[in-house]
Amino acid sequence: MKYYCYFPGCSAEATAVGLGVSVQAIAKSLDIELIELEDWTCCGSTPYGSLDKLESILIAARNLALAEKTGLDLVTPCPSCFLTLHQANLYLKEHPQLATQVNEALAVVNLIYHGGVQVRQLIEVLYHEVTPEVIASKVKLPLNGLKVAPYYGCQMVRPDYGFDNPESPQSLDRIVESLGAEAVPYPLKNRCCGGALIIPEEDLALGLIRKLLGNAAENGAQCITTVCPLCQMNLDAYQGSVNSKFKTNYNLPVLFTSQLIGLALGLDPISLGLNTNIVSPRKVLDSISKVMLEAKSGT
Amino acid sequence: MKSFMEEVAATPGGENIRACIQCGMCTGSCPAANKMEFPPRKIIAMIRAGMRDEVLSSNSMWYCLSCYMCTVRCPQDVKPTELAHALESLANQQGFRVKGTRTPAMYRSFVSSIKGNGRVHEVGIMLRYYLMTNPLAALKMWSQGLKLFVHKRMPLMPNKVKGKQDLAKIIQKFTEIRTT
Repeated sequence: MKYYCYFPGCSAEATAVGLGVSVQAIAKSLDIELIELEDWTCCGSTPYGSLDKLESILIAARNLALAEKTGLDLVTPCPSCFLTLHQANLYLKEHPQLATQVNEALAVVNLIYHGGVQVRQLIEVLYHEVTPEVIASKVKLPLNGLKVAPYYGCQMVRPDYGFDNPESPQSLDRIVESLGAEAVPYPLKNRCCGGALIIPEEDLALGLIRKLLGNAAENGAQCITTVCPLCQMNLDAYQGSVNSKFKTNYNLPVLFTSQLIGLALGLDPISLGLNTNIVSPRKVLDSISKVMLEAKSGT
Repeated sequence: MKSFMEEVAATPGGENIRACIQCGMCTGSCPAANKMEFPPRKIIAMIRAGMRDEVLSSNSMWYCLSCYMCTVRCPQDVKPTELAHALESLANQQGFRVKGTRTPAMYRSFVSSIKGNGRVHEVGIMLRYYLMTNPLAALKMWSQGLKLFVHKRMPLMPNKVKGKQDLAKIIQKFTEIRTT
């Protein structure tokens, strides 16, 4: 069993509750223990840094200081939380004068940050430490025949962290394949979904989402998988808006990668939060029960 | 007096602006460039030309999606994504009001939700955002919100954490002592 300090991020308890529950559900089966960081606050995400970068680093530093006390790596399933906490960590290392001021402020609540935390993405832990091979060895219901478009989005691979190629990433493809499913070619796999601008600039975002759905459908995908709470919401909750705006007919379930892994591990769909997906994941579940029936009847 | 370019270069995120060779890779890689009043390459040229008011009152940086495609492709490591954030923060701190984008209002609602609750609360953000911009537009969002609500993805009440008091205290202290 490996232990990590866990930062769920705000989405994992609200708009992406399916991410939060499925991550905890698969962790035990994969021999990792995610110990939630006590009293964490929002990472700050892009909006905070856009309005006031230094103050956004301060609020990220509070989380880093709390995590440092645990002595464990800080792991988050959310690419935006990862990027924010990771960048704050780097910025504090490169700017000792700011680090001093941040620590002076943290001292008011009896915290100090020495710069010793390693911030990691859950998907990177699954890929590098758990490894696709070990995931494959634990699969109980191989997702044979299921065609999946692996959607990386932006902040999982950019800016360049050295974990996967920012222009042509492969890690999600390998994880999808480790489940017995087929990762279809997906040329737009690392393009933007519009992110938070879905609210103030809906037309811009819907155009980008349409391209992503279209590219997955053209390549024969039966569903899309992503690790990002915002990508999942845009592609899932706004698929209906895309269909009415562009007179399209997309019906692509968008599963968190942790939900897909959980299904292959044989976990109950409700325990993976599949009831919170808006485009019904029924298609995916049916193809899995077909595999089960075939296995039982020996065909 | 500092030139506008020096001011940008002294803002966190704007440090590398001098390295730009105007190749246009940023604009070519940007999924939102066609919505911007001035696309990324042009904005950098305008900063160098000292066009302070034109740059800070434009909608350009508020269209940045933070996808980081320009950042990984820039041959000079200018980090245009960080530069966009630097311009947003300058425009925000100096009180520029931007026409043609509601993104600043959304970002302000987001940050006030963090300060008020310690964590993001979407319902609160949306209420505040629509009150600040266009209350009638909220009607259009109603069905979207309901869809998320029935799928248990839109908690009505914020998850207030103990840490929110700590946030207020450290922000207050930091505001007193910060040098930039």
